[in-house]
Amino acid sequence: MRSILTLSLVFSTIRLSTPLVWAAIGGLYSERSGVINIALEGLMLAGAFTAAAVTFYTRSPWAGVGAAMIAAAFFALLLAVVCIRFKANEVVAGTGINMLFLGLPAVLSGALFLSSGSTPQIPQDELLPTLSRLLPIAPQWRVLTDVSIVSFLALLVVGLTSYVLYRTPFGLRLRAVGENPEAADAAGIRVNRVRYAGVVLSGVLAGVGGAYLSIGQSSLFTRNMTAGRGYIALAALIFGKWRPVQTMLACVLFGFADALTIQMQGVVKLPSGEDVPVQFIQMIPYIVTIVVLAGFIGHSRAPGALGVPYDKES
Amino acid sequence: MKVLRDLLFPSMAVLCAFLAGALIVALVGDSPVETYRLLLGSAFSWPDGIGYTLFFATPLIFTGLAVAVALRGGLLNIGAEGQLYVAAFATAWIGITFANLPAVVLVPLCCVAAIAAGAVWGAIPGLLKARFGSHEVINTIMLNFVAVALVGYLTQYHYRMPGDPIMETTPIGSGAHIPRLGAFIPGLPARIPLNIAFLLALLSCWLVYVLLWKTKWGYEIRATGQNPAAAEYGGVSIRKEVVLTMAISGALAGMVGINEVLGYRYRYYDGFSDNYGFTGIAVALLGRNHPFGVVVAALLFAVLQRGGVPVDAFTQLVSKDIVLILQALVILFVAAEAAFRRGGRG
Amino acid sequence: MKLELRGITKRFGAVLANDHLDITIPPGTIHAIVGENGAGKSTAMRIAYGFYTADSGEILVNDQARDIRAPRDAIALGIGMVHQHFMLVRPMTVTENIVLGAEPGSAMSLDLRKAAAGIRALSEEFRLAVDPDAVVEDLSVGQQQRVELLKALYRRAGLLILDEPTAVLTPQEVDEFFAILRRMRGQGKTVIIITHKLSEVLAISDNVTVMRDGRVVGQVKTSETDAAALARLMVGRDVLLRVDKPAAQPGATVLAVRDVTITARDGARRLDKVSFEVRAGEIVGVAGVEGNGQTELIEALAGLLPGSQVSGSMSLGGRDIRELDARRRREAGIAHVPEDRHRRGLLLDFSLWENAILGVHYRAPAVSGVGGVLLDQAAIQRRADLVIREFDVRPPNASLPARALSGGNQQKLIIGREFELPPALLLISQPTRGVDIGAIEFIHRKIVALRDSGCAVLLVSAELEEVTALADRLLVLHNGRVAGEVDPSRATHEEIGLLMTGGRA
Repeated sequence: MRSILTLSLVFSTIRLSTPLVWAAIGGLYSERSGVINIALEGLMLAGAFTAAAVTFYTRSPWAGVGAAMIAAAFFALLLAVVCIRFKANEVVAGTGINMLFLGLPAVLSGALFLSSGSTPQIPQDELLPTLSRLLPIAPQWRVLTDVSIVSFLALLVVGLTSYVLYRTPFGLRLRAVGENPEAADAAGIRVNRVRYAGVVLSGVLAGVGGAYLSIGQSSLFTRNMTAGRGYIALAALIFGKWRPVQTMLACVLFGFADALTIQMQGVVKLPSGEDVPVQFIQMIPYIVTIVVLAGFIGHSRAPGALGVPYDKES
Repeated sequence: MKVLRDLLFPSMAVLCAFLAGALIVALVGDSPVETYRLLLGSAFSWPDGIGYTLFFATPLIFTGLAVAVALRGGLLNIGAEGQLYVAAFATAWIGITFANLPAVVLVPLCCVAAIAAGAVWGAIPGLLKARFGSHEVINTIMLNFVAVALVGYLTQYHYRMPGDPIMETTPIGSGAHIPRLGAFIPGLPARIPLNIAFLLALLSCWLVYVLLWKTKWGYEIRATGQNPAAAEYGGVSIRKEVVLTMAISGALAGMVGINEVLGYRYRYYDGFSDNYGFTGIAVALLGRNHPFGVVVAALLFAVLQRGGVPVDAFTQLVSKDIVLILQALVILFVAAEAAFRRGGRG
Repeated sequence: MKLELRGITKRFGAVLANDHLDITIPPGTIHAIVGENGAGKSTAMRIAYGFYTADSGEILVNDQARDIRAPRDAIALGIGMVHQHFMLVRPMTVTENIVLGAEPGSAMSLDLRKAAAGIRALSEEFRLAVDPDAVVEDLSVGQQQRVELLKALYRRAGLLILDEPTAVLTPQEVDEFFAILRRMRGQGKTVIIITHKLSEVLAISDNVTVMRDGRVVGQVKTSETDAAALARLMVGRDVLLRVDKPAAQPGATVLAVRDVTITARDGARRLDKVSFEVRAGEIVGVAGVEGNGQTELIEALAGLLPGSQVSGSMSLGGRDIRELDARRRREAGIAHVPEDRHRRGLLLDFSLWENAILGVHYRAPAVSGVGGVLLDQAAIQRRADLVIREFDVRPPNASLPARALSGGNQQKLIIGREFELPPALLLISQPTRGVDIGAIEFIHRKIVALRDSGCAVLLVSAELEEVTALADRLLVLHNGRVAGEVDPSRATHEEIGLLMTGGRA
């Protein structure tokens, strides 16, 4: 058992939580403004694919991330238009976006790379760098900073979000719009404009989370590589009561569970001495999500107007 | 007037989706005209076009009904995929374990297994919502992953034919086979997998219609979906309705197993579902959550699915994933047109 | 600040809410706009505030035509509005609510301390005591109203529009509120109050505009008119301001409530050891400002609250009903007309006939055939038609969706549905909220008729006039307790008001 609890578990947790944090904090902006964002999964895929494709062509991971943010923001805007302008059911529309990304990356990669869904491999030095590569660190300490810059930035984003939400006018208005859009309107705030901002921001952040998956954690894009992370991020957001720091902690919890199961593979054995079948290990993050959601939803208080399109004249 | 609106708006949604899809095809570098010709053209030949289209429509009718019933009850069932996998495996398991029973017992038993397994897998998120209030969207999606893993495990470790490189189980007993429609329709060869499950799908449509609009149970399901506070006031137990609705939904999705295992492959074949669960969402929305609309929408998507094969084969750059994109666009446009459906002010 | 509406017309679908309105509000006055429910008063003022845009017509502020398309335009012109249902963000503090949209500090940083200081100054100037750091959710209704007023004053409103401001106040609080209005008028502000309470109009306003069916039917000086004249203008005919009610003939006790306590999930006691009885053939009224436990009392009696929250004994005709769920209670003879008909009482997108069987849809005669599962369409249609006929539901078309009916007709449908059970006990809450006068008279008559047929009636109403007119006995609730019981035919509004605030009569 001791062989599991090593430093590598910590780093593994950081690695696995990072995309969740970006997506969940993105989701926070949308949901706090009152728009349910089920499409985090699809937006992450948008970011992942775009980052991989653009990085392959430009050889720059920064261009890749930038493009990922723009692409995901575009689709988030699409979602926003459907939900805000057309007052669609937000869960259905979000599901539509997710389904779009079951097929769109495959068609595009088929056209660009003549493949059935994956992008070509990107060489190591063109991927998103770790802190150890960016900062001048002595070799013996390098292993401690073997953390992606994206993970480090995630931490900053959480802090920034906390500040924005509670100490700026934008944050105040965002929260008001999500709790009681009529009151915000009566106070002279452009409710829908604020909601558009929240949803597009969620795209930008989820896009970075996706980019990390393809060009930070791995070196290419494969079909459906998010494997449900967008939904897990949403669960973390609910578990974290829609608050930045608590949401981040929830993501770390899920990342930890994920990291633990990966370490367990090949180490923990059945009583018979055989390995635990891989499928059971695969199931664990999803079952953990279900259990966590069941246990904590009762204590979570969602933004008051979450999921209700704002219609003045009704 | 209402009927006109019910026909017009879905048609507009489909049209818009096709236009947007054409744009994407053009962007990718292929000819939209050629792609659509392949996509839509191959469905109408006899016997292969029509036979395969109706065969593809069968699981879509089941999952479309499943999602439609859930939506009528105010729930979004994204878990049809997991429910149908669990049900398909259950039905194969019965067919394998009791292979020696005569058909008159085995076939109904297998069908019951499919329905029951689907109902249970659907009831789980229902119970979670009723008891804990956790949203069925996330839970059903999580259970999809769990179902696929579970069924994969059982197939790989316990039910695979030794030496078989394909992830599939041993065959079911011959008593569990249900006849193909080729046995009854002249001109339809038996190699086309269209089987009596298709007729079962049509029957299910009618049964769902009767259930929702002609029975007290359906009234309670629809009332709960419309306004849970008012339903509760009217004496309906919301918790019971949530579980019941999800169970019925899961049962309908589970019937896909009957078509697939008893009528087509005669065994459980891992990964057999071509996104039937997700397509079911598009089918239900396009069919405006009405059984008869579901049939029409299922046929449309079956046509697209049938067309995906030649698109894959005969175009340079576009793959059959364009079908997935078209479905997603349909969902988005149908969701958006809800704005026009909201009628007079109260 | 002078406000003028010229030729304002506004249509919502098939309903013409405002029909070429011409209203002139002289500056520095308290101006009342009266009319019954549905007359179009709120709509007109919401147009002035920018919540709605008129289809045609213009708005003149200080004799200059202005384009008001959203609340921020109105706010910029110095117009403030306090709505009937408060526009407050409940989990936020008083300060956050007041500065929302006009935040001090920079775009990067919110200066809440400066805001709080400004609020304290204002609150002293107008004597509107409020704690800037309190969370709105924890405030009483009267305090929340003060926050709403401060919101408008913080933005230097010169004109304040108040929509039904006294609906949630006790008679004593109303007097304090009027003092605040007079202070504002003294400061040169113009105040418009929208109300349907004629006694208040006469007490506080300088001028009155009367609206009916979307049109202005009169603009008079308050000193030159009286309640009867105003009522006649409001309705277009002479109005019976008192219900003609024969004396009650109470029989046996139907409902006995003993030491009922309701504890909400957060531990707060919504109802505290309440005991009373309702006999057959009598109407027991429950008066009190909303939020003092009336809602919970009715929901508990109807079986809509989880059993864990309710303690004490409740019996119907001697039989303990605590263990019965909502369905069984209806079967036992308890009918319920809910206070929020859109939320509890109707399935808005369902047809009238489907709504007519809500609550009895699972048993005969709504179902028939094999095992009592199939709906008997013919029987359902018959029942729906009966309800529509007997209770004057218009338009009398059972296949229309409930949403298409006006508030009054929706209420008549619900009442018809419940009265036809027929019940041994009727729980009825806010029976004429949002209902036009013609329907009000009808509903009042039907309630009395039901009483006379031997039913026990428990009537909750926030409208003092209604509950004193209808009830044979009157209980007053305050903070979840029965503050007192009075004889409604003899008690004055002042006595009742005192009980409503917890004083002793």
